Amino acid sequence: MTDLTALKYTAEHEWVALEGDLATIGVTDFAADQLGDVVYVDLPAVGQTVTAGQVFGEIESTKSVSELYAPVDGEVVEVNADVDADPAQVNADAFAAWLIRVRVTGEPSGLLDRDAYVALTGGDA
Amino acid sequence: MDQPTDAGIPAEEPRDTPLRGEHEALGASFTDFGGWLMPVRYTSDLAEHHAVRQAAGLFDISHMGEILVEGGGAGAFLDHALAGAISAVPVGRAKYTMILAEDGGIVDDLIVYRLQDDEFLVIANAGNREVVARELTDRVAGFDATVEDQSDDYALIALQGPTAERILAETAGVVELSLPLPEIRNYAWGSVLFGGEPLLIARTGYTGEDGFELLVPVARAAELWRALLAAGEPHGLVPAGLAARDTLRLEAGMPLYGHELSRAIVPAQAGLGRVIPAGKTGFVGEAATEPRPDAPVLIGLTAEGRRAGRAGYGVFRGDDLVGEVTSGALSPTLGHPIAMAFVRPDAADAADLTIDVRGTRIPATVTALPFYRRNS
Repeated sequence: MTDLTALKYTAEHEWVALEGDLATIGVTDFAADQLGDVVYVDLPAVGQTVTAGQVFGEIESTKSVSELYAPVDGEVVEVNADVDADPAQVNADAFAAWLIRVRVTGEPSGLLDRDAYVALTGGDA
Repeated sequence: MDQPTDAGIPAEEPRDTPLRGEHEALGASFTDFGGWLMPVRYTSDLAEHHAVRQAAGLFDISHMGEILVEGGGAGAFLDHALAGAISAVPVGRAKYTMILAEDGGIVDDLIVYRLQDDEFLVIANAGNREVVARELTDRVAGFDATVEDQSDDYALIALQGPTAERILAETAGVVELSLPLPEIRNYAWGSVLFGGEPLLIARTGYTGEDGFELLVPVARAAELWRALLAAGEPHGLVPAGLAARDTLRLEAGMPLYGHELSRAIVPAQAGLGRVIPAGKTGFVGEAATEPRPDAPVLIGLTAEGRRAGRAGYGVFRGDDLVGEVTSGALSPTLGHPIAMAFVRPDAADAADLTIDVRGTRIPATVTALPFYRRNS
């Protein structure tokens, strides 16, 4: 079970796990529930740079398409090929189904802690 | 769920169906559709979709409108007011038809059940119920017939899928009243007793599978819903939401008002010219039969990969924008993208079409509808 309080969040429903200068990024369970069954993820290639607050990919469900926003600045060092092959993993466990790993450049800022994110989504902590 | 684009988005709070409490207890997510708060999914829209193809799904479609037309002139009136030859429908049968505007544009697509010689039940889409009731009321002047919107008195439950008949036969409290269930044919209706009350059950649906639609008085709706779910459990029945309903009907090539159908098009453009019998005259919307050689036509498109063209996306031939997708999804049954689109008639059989999927042109192949047809 993922310790959700150890993660940071964006208002666009990404989660990010920071370990040193490595950021692991996915979408939250709230986002997965809102999307419905995820059928396709469009992720950047290893080596591409991402910019905090900018779109880095897309996630599609049977009913809708959403853009993915980078929580941090950095360079993509790993893409989760398992989720690319089987996007339903996002619905099965959104916090295990990470999408990309980024080597962070600069200091992450503007991220939400668990309480702030839960408050944003109108839920109970 | 997409909102019909030209049915009007109501400003007021969406309405609840009589089954709202059942959906909440089952953990449904809700969406506003046609002015109604409807279950969009219970668990997984893909699982619900597959259940309907392989076993059965139970849908609350109480948002649909039920309008009763009665009187010695009811058949003649509906021949005048609607596109089809309604007076020719035998008692016990149903017909897919449309109500057209004077200029031939589609006001709504409908199913009409002939209940008696002088009694017809008209089922309208949720977002169009008021306008259909109003148009019918306006058109009835001079006919020996009455029009009554009874939508608030009934819930409508759709039981769809290959195990539907078995489930209905095993549902506690359901007793065959008219024909035995296996003898109720496609696009026909019969009656059953449920808790001592007669219910209309029609062998119709919007999924491309066998199944029934059950018209039940509001007071008994929850009881019937629960009885069906209980009887269906050993037969793979699951409650299914609008998300699954939409992908099911799209695979089956069935139009959705506000997407494939609107006031701006005539039936023939949507490949549904057959709703007007050859030679029919003297009905509202007769202008629909005038040839429109330049009008866009509805086509089916398939693509490879997993990125679906969706409603509103452009269809291109080379650099020319030749049309627009009206509905599209990654087909859960077929595993590839499918779409319906209106395109210029000269592009309707082009071998070099693409769909602009958010900046990427995806090659698309023109395909005869439906995309999916059940083995029967």
